[in-house]
Amino acid sequence: MASHTDYEKYKSDGSLQGNLLEWLDARFPATSMWRGHLSEYYAPKNFNFWYFFGSLAMLVLVIQIVTGIFLVMHYKPDASLNANGIPVAFASVEYIMRDVNWGWLIRYMHSTGASAFFVVVYLHMFRGMLYGSYRQPRELIWIFGTLIFLCLMAEAFMGYLLPWGQMSFWGAQVIVNLFSAIPLIGEPLSIWIRGDFVVGDATLNRFFSFHVIAVPLVLLGLVAAHILALHEVGSNNPDGVEIKKRKDVHGNPLDGIPFHPYYTVKDIVGVVVFLMVFSIIVFFAPEGGGYFLEYNNFLPADPLKTPLHIAPVWYFTPYYSLLRAMVWPLFGIDAKFWGVVAMGAGVVILAFLPWLDRSPVKSIRYRGPIFKTLLTIFVIAFVLLGFLGTQPPSYAFFGVIPSAPVAQVLSAYYFLYFLTMPWWSRIDKYQPEPDRVTM
Amino acid sequence: MSNECKVDGGRRRLVVATAAIGGVGALAAVVPFISSMLPSERAKAAGAPVEVDLGNLEPGQMMTVEWRGKPVWIINRSPSMLESLSKLDEAVADPKSEKPMQPAYCKNEARSIKPEIMVVVGICTHLGCSPSAKFKKGSEEGMEGAWLGGFLCPCHGSTFDFAGRVFKNKPAPDNLEVPPHMYLSDKRILIGEDKKGA
Amino acid sequence: MKKLLTALLFAPAVTLAAGAAVHLDKAPDVQGDKAALQSGARTFVNYCLNCHGASFLRYNRLMELGLSEQQVKDNLMFTAVKTGEPMRVAARPEEQKVWFGAAPPDLTLVARARASSDGSGADWLYTYLRSFYVDEKRPTGWNNTLFPNVGMPHVLWESQGTQVMNKDHRLELQAPGKLSPAEYDKQVADLVGFLVWMAEPDAGFRKQLGFGVLGFLVVLFGVAYPLKKAYWKDVK
Repeated sequence: MASHTDYEKYKSDGSLQGNLLEWLDARFPATSMWRGHLSEYYAPKNFNFWYFFGSLAMLVLVIQIVTGIFLVMHYKPDASLNANGIPVAFASVEYIMRDVNWGWLIRYMHSTGASAFFVVVYLHMFRGMLYGSYRQPRELIWIFGTLIFLCLMAEAFMGYLLPWGQMSFWGAQVIVNLFSAIPLIGEPLSIWIRGDFVVGDATLNRFFSFHVIAVPLVLLGLVAAHILALHEVGSNNPDGVEIKKRKDVHGNPLDGIPFHPYYTVKDIVGVVVFLMVFSIIVFFAPEGGGYFLEYNNFLPADPLKTPLHIAPVWYFTPYYSLLRAMVWPLFGIDAKFWGVVAMGAGVVILAFLPWLDRSPVKSIRYRGPIFKTLLTIFVIAFVLLGFLGTQPPSYAFFGVIPSAPVAQVLSAYYFLYFLTMPWWSRIDKYQPEPDRVTM
Repeated sequence: MSNECKVDGGRRRLVVATAAIGGVGALAAVVPFISSMLPSERAKAAGAPVEVDLGNLEPGQMMTVEWRGKPVWIINRSPSMLESLSKLDEAVADPKSEKPMQPAYCKNEARSIKPEIMVVVGICTHLGCSPSAKFKKGSEEGMEGAWLGGFLCPCHGSTFDFAGRVFKNKPAPDNLEVPPHMYLSDKRILIGEDKKGA
Repeated sequence: MKKLLTALLFAPAVTLAAGAAVHLDKAPDVQGDKAALQSGARTFVNYCLNCHGASFLRYNRLMELGLSEQQVKDNLMFTAVKTGEPMRVAARPEEQKVWFGAAPPDLTLVARARASSDGSGADWLYTYLRSFYVDEKRPTGWNNTLFPNVGMPHVLWESQGTQVMNKDHRLELQAPGKLSPAEYDKQVADLVGFLVWMAEPDAGFRKQLGFGVLGFLVVLFGVAYPLKKAYWKDVK
C-alpha cells in the first residue's frame, strides 16, 4: 500500500484538470496518498461509537493549533508587574478576553479544547483496551499512542502555567518540586527546570517556548507516526478479527470498506455532534464548573500566598492520586520520590500492555468474566482516583470514611490490574472469534 | 479497481447540501480569527482623538503631542514665520498643497485652519524619521545662510518650511501630513477627529 | 456490559457529601436589569474604586449598561480623562502597599475568582458584604463572619448601619443606617450584579451567540446524518 507504483499515478483524460493532476502526480504522490490513506484504505465495516474518538482527537489537535497560533499573537509571557500591579502575563490573558476582537471566543476554545483533548484521548485509549487494539500487530501504534499521551500531558502542564494565575503558579511549583525528590540530582535538576529558585519569569518563558514550539512539533511527528503505523497494518475492530485474512477477487478485504467516502461521511456526523457538546461548554459553561477553568486561576499568581486548596486540572487527577498514595519511604529514600515514581510508572506501564495481555482473543466481546469484571473495576478505580485527586487529602466519603486509604487501595489496584494481567488474561474463559466481523 | 459508489441523485443533493452548509459554517468560523487581528480595544483607545489645550502656547513656540503613537507638532507661528511662507513658494516642491497630504479645510497657503496655528504629523514622508526643529534664521543652527527657519530631517537631509512643505530636490516626496483636527473652543483643539471638516 | 461501562464513564464524578460547607446566601440575579447594574456601577465607583482598581474594564464599556458617553464621563469617571481608559484605582499600588500593608486586590475578576463548591462568586460577595460587624479588637474596628479578620473596613456602613455579634454568634443590627435592611440588600445585590457583569462583560453576548451556533449545528446535522445514511445503506 505504501509503495508508490506507477499504476497508482493518475493518467490524464486530456482535460485541464486531468493534465494538472498528472503533472502533480509525476512529482508528488498526491493520488497514491489519497488512495492509500483514504479512498482505498480499507477499514472494517463494523466500527461502532468508540471509533469516533480517533478522528475527533485529530479535530481537537487542529482546534488547539489554530486557536493557539492566534492566542500567541496577543499573549505575553512576562511575570513582571504592570502599572496596575498585575503580572503582565495575567493581564495579557484578560486583554485577550476583553480587548481583542473575539479574543474571548478563541481563548475559551483553547481552554475548553485542552479538556476536550483529554476527554477524547481517554475514550480513545479505553476503546483500545476494550477491543485489544494494542495487540500484535499493532504494538507500535499503541506505543506511539502512549508517547502522544505523555506529550499531551507535558503540553497541558506547561500551557497551564501561561495564564499566570494562582493555580498556574502553585501547580507548576508543586510539580516541578517533584523532581527535587530524585536522589542526588533532584535539587539541581528542579532549579535547572525552573531557571530560578522559585517558579518565575524564566520558568514562564521556557514553558511558553516548549508549549508553543517544541512539544507541538514532537506531537505532530508522533501523530503522523501513529497514523502511518495504523495504515500499514490496518485498523482493528470491535470483533478483534483481522479483516485482511479474507479478501475478495480484487484483493480487497471482504469485511472492509473504503475509508472515503464511508467513514468520512460517518466521521462528519461525529464531528457535528462533538461540536455541539463543545459549543455548549464554550458558550454556556466555559469554566466547566471550575474543572476546566479553575476559580482560583482568576487571581493573579502570588508567590507569597498559596491558595487553601490546590488541585491539578481534572485530567491529571488520577495520576496525581497515584502520586499522593505513596506515603512510605522505601530503601532509605523519601516517600516523595516513590510518589513521583508511581505517577510516572502509571503512565509508562500502559506502553507494556501489548505484552502483558496474554488472552487468545482481542475483543471484550469474546473475552471471559475475569476480564470483564477486572476492567469494570479498573474503570471505577480510575474515575474514583480522578475524583479523589480533585479533593484535599483530608476528604472523607459521606464525611466519615477517610479517603486516603481508599486512594491507596485504588492505586494498588491500578498497578495490580496491569502487573497480574499476564496471569489472569491467560486463565480467563473465552469464546472463539468468528471468521468474519459482525455488524 | 476502485470500488465505485453509485452516486445517485439523492446522495448528490445531500453531498451538495452538506458541503454548502458546512462551508458556510467554516467561513463563519474564520471571521473571529481574521477580526482578532484588527486593532483591539486597547489600540483603539490609544488611537482615540487627543484633546490639546493651546492656552500656554506662545507665538513662535512649538509643542508635541502623541496621537496614534506618532508625534504631532502644534506650532503657534509668529507673524515673521508666516511671512516666510510666501517667499518660499518657488523653493518648495508642492507650494499649493496639490497632493492630498492635508484635509480639504487645510488646503491653503498656511496649511492650517487658523493661519497661525499649524498642526502637522512630525514624521518625514521619506522613510519615517522625525525631523528636528531649526527655527532660527541663517546658519546659526548649522543650516545654510539663506535658511528662513523650518525643519530638517536628520536621516537623509530633507528640509521643510513652517507649513511642513518639503523643499525641492530633497529625498522626501511629499509635504508633512496634516492630521484631521478641529477646534473645540478658541484655545482647545481635538486631534484625530474633525466631524467631517468642521 | 458495554452499557454499564459507558454509563460509568460518563457518570459525572459522584459528588459525595462534602465537609462542613460555608453557608452562602443566594444573590439575586440582576444581569438582565440595566437599572440595577447602573446603580451597582454607581456604588462601585463611589465606594470601591477609591481603594480597588478594576483595571481590565474600560470606562467606555459602561455604555453597554445603557449609559451615554456623557453620563459615563459626568457621573462615573473620576480616575481617567479618556473613556477608553481602564478603571484604575485612584491611588497607586505602591502607595497603597505603604498605607495598608498590601495593595487591595483588583476587583475586575473578583466575581469569578470567588466562586467555589460552596456557591457562585456572586453568592459569596452578596453574603460577604452583608456580614460585617463591629469588633473593637480589629485595627479597623470591623470584622466579618464570612471572611474572619478581613483587612477591609465596612465601607457601606452608613447605608447598612452597624451590626454586632450577639451571644449566639449571630449578627444583629445595633444601629440602623440610612437604608432599611431590604434597601441595603438591594444596594448590595445591585453592586454584586455589577461585579458579575464586570468579570465578563461579553457573557451575555456569548450565550446569545451560543444559541445561534447550536442552531446552525442542528441544521448541519440535519443534512450530515441523512448523507451518512445514504452512503451506508449499501454496507451490509
